[in-house]
Amino acid sequence: MMHKEDLSVEIRKNTEVNVRECYQCGKCTAGCPVADRMDIRPSVIMRMLQSGDAADLDKILRSNSIWLCLTCETCYSRCPMELDIPKIMDFLRQKSLAEGKVHREARKIVAFHKSFLGRVKNNGRLHEMGLIVDYKIRSVSSGTLFQDVLLAPGMFSRGKLHILPEQIKDKKGLSRLFKNQFKSRKP
Amino acid sequence: MKIGFYPGCSLTGSSREYNESLLSISKAAGIELVEITDWNCCGATAAHNLNKELSVSLPARNLALAELDEMEELVVPCAACYNRLIMTQHELNEDEALKNLIAQKLQMPLKNGIKILNVLQFLEKYFVPRLEELVKNPLEHDVACYYGCLLVRPNKVMKAERWEDPMTMDVIMQKLGAKPIDWPFKTECCGAGFSVSAPDIVGELSGKIVRSAVDRGAKALVVACPMCHSNLDMRRPAIESYLKRKVDVPVIYITQAIALAMGLSAKEAGIQRHFVPVNLTVNR
Repeated sequence: MMHKEDLSVEIRKNTEVNVRECYQCGKCTAGCPVADRMDIRPSVIMRMLQSGDAADLDKILRSNSIWLCLTCETCYSRCPMELDIPKIMDFLRQKSLAEGKVHREARKIVAFHKSFLGRVKNNGRLHEMGLIVDYKIRSVSSGTLFQDVLLAPGMFSRGKLHILPEQIKDKKGLSRLFKNQFKSRKP
Repeated sequence: MKIGFYPGCSLTGSSREYNESLLSISKAAGIELVEITDWNCCGATAAHNLNKELSVSLPARNLALAELDEMEELVVPCAACYNRLIMTQHELNEDEALKNLIAQKLQMPLKNGIKILNVLQFLEKYFVPRLEELVKNPLEHDVACYYGCLLVRPNKVMKAERWEDPMTMDVIMQKLGAKPIDWPFKTECCGAGFSVSAPDIVGELSGKIVRSAVDRGAKALVVACPMCHSNLDMRRPAIESYLKRKVDVPVIYITQAIALAMGLSAKEAGIQRHFVPVNLTVNR
């Protein structure tokens, strides 16, 4: 059972942001380009994090909002307390993923990110065609199979789509970055 | 003159015209951009959304490699790559312990002092003072300069002047002979990395940007980010279905605008690679 104190401490440890400094002016929500699509809006997420309530945190981790955040950095730039909300969103996304709480509607977005990192792990650079194929396999249950199929010939004829991936030379050095990641490091 | 160069993945594929135009204008101005040896992907949105360590270690590998190449300045044309590299540099300089851990993992030294320039900073430093001499064919059009997010934000790290109403691109376009319009969507988000996973969001956000530019008389949008470009250009069908009207305003990279104004060919500027045709007649 998580104590109320623990959540804001955990957030501060991972993001260096003190959620208690938020005084609910609402500028983050007002400037957010996707706030109207969110199930919980940014300023409300900040308030819920302040409460430190476990049920509130669970709701946030299961929300679509955290995955809709585009990291456009508008909220952070306008926040009068200079609170790095996008960094908190990154923390919440990683926690949501680790605890298996990803919102149903966000699965396509997560599938895309996973495909992206998978391609980078294999080649060191992103191969756009490989990314799309991998993404379609991962998100087949979300009905994305035929989406963008018409785009491929246009990209190809404009020389924007390569059949083979570019590869980096030092694969060994790269794979070290994907292995033995340091878990929660104390600041 | 030689300057370090991190192209990033988009510039080798979907935004190769950005790469071509940047290299063309640099060559014509006597600047050689030298790629970092064996550079890797910066991790982009995927890494910082899913994996905190990779979001730092992937960019850090490039910074370490650039140091091994003895680069002092590094040009990063993709706004998203630039954001990841500059944020990583900032984060590692604030946290000595993390910097040492990452350097250990990279098995490379990391002083972390390289000067990272985005495309606007690069153009300001190396082209703006010389534009009068370089421009051969003035671009006499009303244009909307669109900056998007990551060239100006987060302003605490970027320290961009006038980050709600930036002017660097406007000043460059003016020097190229164009007339930049005054409009309110300069720094609104285009939908960024949702191009594939949530194209309806891109249609709406990019649609509002395109509509504002067109309604205020812009004959072209000028951008400096591959994600902004592909959302505004390649995703035009999604934009048109959101706006419920056809919009044929082209989207060009600032480097393409400079190439055309310098009198380089349409091919050197990579104009033929766009989805929305570019019909900006250049006075010859």
